[in-house]
Amino acid sequence: MSAIAYSLDAAAPHCGAVPMVEIRDVSRRFGRKPDLLGRASIALGLVKPPAVVRALDRIDLTIAKGEVVGLVGESGCGKSTLGRIVAGILPPSEGQVFWQGQDIATMPAVERRAESLRIQMVFQNPFAAINPRLPVAEVVGEAPRVHGLIEGGRGAEAAYVDEQLVRAGLDPSLKGRYAHQFSGGQRQRIGIARALAVQPEVLVCDEAVAALDVSIQAQILNLFMDLREELGLTYLFISHDLGVVEHLSDRVAIMYLGRIVEEAPAVEIFSRPNHPYARALLAEVPRIEIGKRAFSSLKGELPSPLHPPSGCHFHPRCPYAFARCKIERPELRTVAPGHKSACHLNERH
Amino acid sequence: MNAPLLDVRGLKTAFPTRAGEVKAVDDVSFTLQSGQVLGLVGESGSGKSVTGFSIMGLLEPPGRITGGEILFDGVDLAKLHQEDMRSLRGRRIAMIFQDPMMTLNPVLRIDTQMIEAIEAHRKVPRGEARACARDALAQVGIPSPEERLDAYPHQFSGGMRQRVAIAIALINRPDLIIADEPTTALDVTIQSQILSEIQKLTAEHGTALIWITHDLSVVSRLADDVAVMYAGKIVERGAVGDVIDRPMHPYTFGLVQSVPSRNRKGARLAQIPGMTPSPLDLPAGCAFRTRCGRADEACATPPPSAGAADHVCRCFHPREVTA
Repeated sequence: MSAIAYSLDAAAPHCGAVPMVEIRDVSRRFGRKPDLLGRASIALGLVKPPAVVRALDRIDLTIAKGEVVGLVGESGCGKSTLGRIVAGILPPSEGQVFWQGQDIATMPAVERRAESLRIQMVFQNPFAAINPRLPVAEVVGEAPRVHGLIEGGRGAEAAYVDEQLVRAGLDPSLKGRYAHQFSGGQRQRIGIARALAVQPEVLVCDEAVAALDVSIQAQILNLFMDLREELGLTYLFISHDLGVVEHLSDRVAIMYLGRIVEEAPAVEIFSRPNHPYARALLAEVPRIEIGKRAFSSLKGELPSPLHPPSGCHFHPRCPYAFARCKIERPELRTVAPGHKSACHLNERH
Repeated sequence: MNAPLLDVRGLKTAFPTRAGEVKAVDDVSFTLQSGQVLGLVGESGSGKSVTGFSIMGLLEPPGRITGGEILFDGVDLAKLHQEDMRSLRGRRIAMIFQDPMMTLNPVLRIDTQMIEAIEAHRKVPRGEARACARDALAQVGIPSPEERLDAYPHQFSGGMRQRVAIAIALINRPDLIIADEPTTALDVTIQSQILSEIQKLTAEHGTALIWITHDLSVVSRLADDVAVMYAGKIVERGAVGDVIDRPMHPYTFGLVQSVPSRNRKGARLAQIPGMTPSPLDLPAGCAFRTRCGRADEACATPPPSAGAADHVCRCFHPREVTA
């Protein structure tokens, strides 16, 4: 890695080292943009403005080099959108994304192309993420060839692909086969080999083990841990499976309806969750416990992201909500060293 | 002990395919008492869902039951005529599917569908059937049930749809409910809500429940008994505490050990090597032997039953259990 010479932003949380990835005040909206006529009719009050989903609402997150950050939340909370923005697949509507201190929006196109190889994604559904018409050798070998990462001729390319497959735990003699000839676990290994083939430093894993059977899931999680050790990878590990996140992560961020409600080191957050939502969610960590334990149930469901509740998004389901929660959005504040939570209760003593 | 509500003996279900006959369920036996909860655990392709469909008489042709008996209250369901099965299904045995849209018709209102389910089995006045449907919705925790009766399935969220499916399953007070991974597609907090409703309702009505899942943690919290399936066979069966705390079969042991919360944080997970064999090409004898650390030449022949009557496994080399 080249020496990084730009000045550190005063707000950078990890003093001394530039974080691998930093996103600052990022929002992402989904919805149709009205055309000129539409805008005019909205201005005149003839039609209602089109519905807009705020998938992400002013999010800050930093990932240090070599760190595994777990991102947890229920479906629709925006965790996948955040993963895509971190990976640079999706641009934010507002806010900035920094890769090793550089704002990707202001990066020259050539540089951006090279830099984008540093962050790769592994997707949930390996059935959909792999081109069914390409043999595995091409699935894995295409990107490094296009980006000129392989020096030498065809022989060198074949050797390079073999190396990637072996590292992901696949038999290189199967590289002439197509995706449908593999089992779910093997296909996920192909997805991992493809991501690693461009020598990334960061892997964004979006529910990468969710579709796999328990025994295969353990194999893939072990592979992720081995690769971290071997290649010094940094991970953003997105999952709804709290057991997996607890096991793998150094730090965990919990999202609710487009906002991060709590962020802390994994051990801390699982032993002392602060936010009422985090407490309810983490009570559901899948554990094999004998005895019919009552299922603690959080009342209600996730509200529609089209019309999120005012103030703190969690207040309609929160047993401790009081007047302020309905009006004012709680900011993410430090409650203990390295432990941030967005709850008004922390200021009420 | 009374005669069991459900007594499955040597059930075999097969699907003929061009490449040969797939024995999806091969010699499965278990019993279930009224009010008992059985967790049927296995990975994809282990035959756990096909077992459920066989009991319900809902096998898709060309799949068919090729052997064994399914005694429900003394009647063999495997030999029952379609008509008789239809009168049982929905009234005395109900099923909850993974995808609630398998139960619900997308173009009919909820009240139409629920009243239909009642009137299929009982002669009741319209108003009474509607009241019954409303009470069933209220019972599974759907807010403002009177208004929700007029809604269509697409107006419900995934969790609410599953509650409606459960309400329909419960509406005729069945003696047995077969639930095929009904919470797998739901978020954890919703899953927890639905599990607590199910737990409450089956306990209130004394309904027996077969909970089909791949998730050991759900079973450990919900079930009385567990049966672990691998490649079409039950490899271990017993009380939930015995099976999970003192697994005898190497496969069960591997499954329990590979759950992250059983491992030290950050350490490599205990893993079962290899993958599930193709159902067309199962190893002779014990199907697990190609992935098993304890396997030897003896395992190429069908394994015997080991253990006591209330905790059995099929293995030549079961793990030592100290009670």
